[in-house]
Amino acid sequence: MHAYANPTRFLAIAKPLTPWLLGVGLLLVLGGAFAGLTQVPGDYKQGETARILYVHVPSAWLGMGGWTSLAVAGLVQLVWRHPLAGIAARAIAVPGMLFTALCLATGSIWGKPTWGTWWEWDGRMTSMLVLLFLYAGFIALTSGDEGQRQGGTLSRGAAIYALVGAINIPIINRSVIWWNSLHQGPSITLRGSSIDGALLWPLGLTVLGFSLLFGAIVLMRMRRIIADNRVAARLRRLADDEGS
Amino acid sequence: MKAKHQRLVLALVAVAGIAGAGVLGASALRDEAAYFRTPAEVKAGKAEVGEPMRLGGMVAAGSIVRQPDGLTIRFVATDGKASVPVQFTGIVPDLFAEESGMVADGRMRADGTFVADRILAKHDERYMPPQMGEMPEGVAKMAPKV
Repeated sequence: MHAYANPTRFLAIAKPLTPWLLGVGLLLVLGGAFAGLTQVPGDYKQGETARILYVHVPSAWLGMGGWTSLAVAGLVQLVWRHPLAGIAARAIAVPGMLFTALCLATGSIWGKPTWGTWWEWDGRMTSMLVLLFLYAGFIALTSGDEGQRQGGTLSRGAAIYALVGAINIPIINRSVIWWNSLHQGPSITLRGSSIDGALLWPLGLTVLGFSLLFGAIVLMRMRRIIADNRVAARLRRLADDEGS
Repeated sequence: MKAKHQRLVLALVAVAGIAGAGVLGASALRDEAAYFRTPAEVKAGKAEVGEPMRLGGMVAAGSIVRQPDGLTIRFVATDGKASVPVQFTGIVPDLFAEESGMVADGRMRADGTFVADRILAKHDERYMPPQMGEMPEGVAKMAPKV
């Protein structure tokens, strides 16, 4: 568990991994978007409008997956005090919030021509908006706090907040099943997909592509925090040398 | 027990507690958080006459009737168990069609008709190429370009 506690070891993997994630992710997203816009037919009912799902679905997945990882990082911070846990949580929060916002925006744009409304307070939309606010709260809680000056560790409060917020993730997932909602039920479940194969394959490309981009962003942000820590440590040493 | 293990147990107990509270809260909301009521719920007396509410269901096949004023439509909303007649004056979304889902904002009238001020279309979770669905190939592309 602590094998990667040493930032040097983490960097030895993160540094060469970043350009790969970035490059392959960009290729997959561009390829998936191209295929989704030009190579596959429109939906039988919604026509061309349904093509927005190639961005909407990966955004929802990363918004929710982002908070799940944030909660795991919070648990690792609380229990094992792993030095990279807090750094990872801080690095995940911003792209997680970005993709949640992207999910809400694309959903709204999709809702107008299909449902006839930009926004409704149904279970799915409301719980997703709550996720956006949870991210905003986490970023506010951890920006410029004591932990940031101590190498990026999470305060106990922030770690507990990350864990408590995870309650919202199964609620988002189940919202369309528990409650009558305007949003339709899940298309992709463990039993299979109700998106026909002819329309599904570009979604695989964009989901994987956006996930790799998410990973690249998180690694870059983690490396930045580690670099900041090193600068701060060097400045402290310099100040000590001058003092003596 | 090492401090690390103690923290692990404590954290897991807390997570289980929070998850339990969340599930209890969500299930308590089961009826309240519903975005709309179904025709069966309306028939079971869950709709007061004149009370603002949302009614959701399928538009029954062959039930849409346009009234002489050209703007008002009447149709039957059904969930397979019960059905409620609906009246609406205005423009419906493109996806509003028979044998398709819809949600209506409005209130029940004493005669049992639901009078809607607004209608939203609901679609299901299936996506497929036009050849496989009801829509003939190319219809989506023939939509007027603005």
